[in-house]
Amino acid sequence: MDRIPILKVGDCLLVTIQVDMHDELAMSLQEDLTMQIAKHASRGVLIDISSLEIVDSFIGRMLANIAAMSRVLDAQTVVTGMQPAVAITLVELGMSLPGIRTALNVERGMELLREFIGRDAEAEDVDGAEE
Amino acid sequence: MALKSETYTIRSSDDVVRVRQIARAWASEIKLSLVDQTKLVTATSELARNTLEHGGGGAMTAEMVENGIRRGIKLTFTDQGPGIANLELALQDGYTTGNGMGLGLSGSKRLVNEFDIKSEPGLGTTVTIVRWK
Ligand SMILES: Nc1ncnc2c1ncn2[C@@H]1O[C@H](COP(=O)(O)OP(=O)(O)O)[C@@H](O)[C@H]1O
Ligand SMILES: [Mg+2]
Repeated sequence: MDRIPILKVGDCLLVTIQVDMHDELAMSLQEDLTMQIAKHASRGVLIDISSLEIVDSFIGRMLANIAAMSRVLDAQTVVTGMQPAVAITLVELGMSLPGIRTALNVERGMELLREFIGRDAEAEDVDGAEE
Repeated sequence: MALKSETYTIRSSDDVVRVRQIARAWASEIKLSLVDQTKLVTATSELARNTLEHGGGGAMTAEMVENGIRRGIKLTFTDQGPGIANLELALQDGYTTGNGMGLGLSGSKRLVNEFDIKSEPGLGTTVTIVRWK
């Protein structure tokens, strides 16, 4: 079965969804990401959906699940590049994706992740923890 | 009368992807705006998944329809599955008998201009949607 590639960039994981995913593919991405976060002790996950022409309730739930389980594994998630028509449709569908941070593009998304991760590290420094 | 009409089977999640692409192609052919195309394709995805997951598989019939000078895309999803006992409940936001979000029926209804659902317990379900240009 096909898999969506997950790229490791420093302490972050980067996923670019470029295909019209069928449901099993979306489910396997969710599982693969969980495994990879744990394996690499990643601090951030960036999912770029700029090529996605629709986000339905299934993909919306997948994004929410990824964000929730990365939180449990002490990682932050940012979704980038949602097309305006997709955003309008998603809200009308009734999915507002609460708890999911978004950014306009991958560059801004990475900045946002760096900020979150940096903030966490500062908080740890105060506790006297070291890298 | 329909300007053209075609039926596609829905038996796997690849078929769900395929009927989404059909809906996109037909919507683009009558020059629906990008937002309206996105709405129609998203509703298609929800209803085709219901046909597959809840109805045990079935079919989508696509029609290009005309009303005076207006054109539209009409999509009919049918299955011979278990049917829906309480339609009113099934159409409520968040109601699901599975582990979905319960937004497929209620959400799709908001995304199109016309929405009709007929269901008989034990006989199956038919959902028809239209998006006008
Ligand atoms: N084609 C169908 N055949 C039988 N039951 C259906 C069908 N479509 C929808 N339903 C019922 O209506 C409920 C709500 O559907 P929907 O709004 O799409 O939410 P979800 O699919 O997330 O459960 C489903 O959980 C199911 O019980
Ligand atoms: Mg559904």
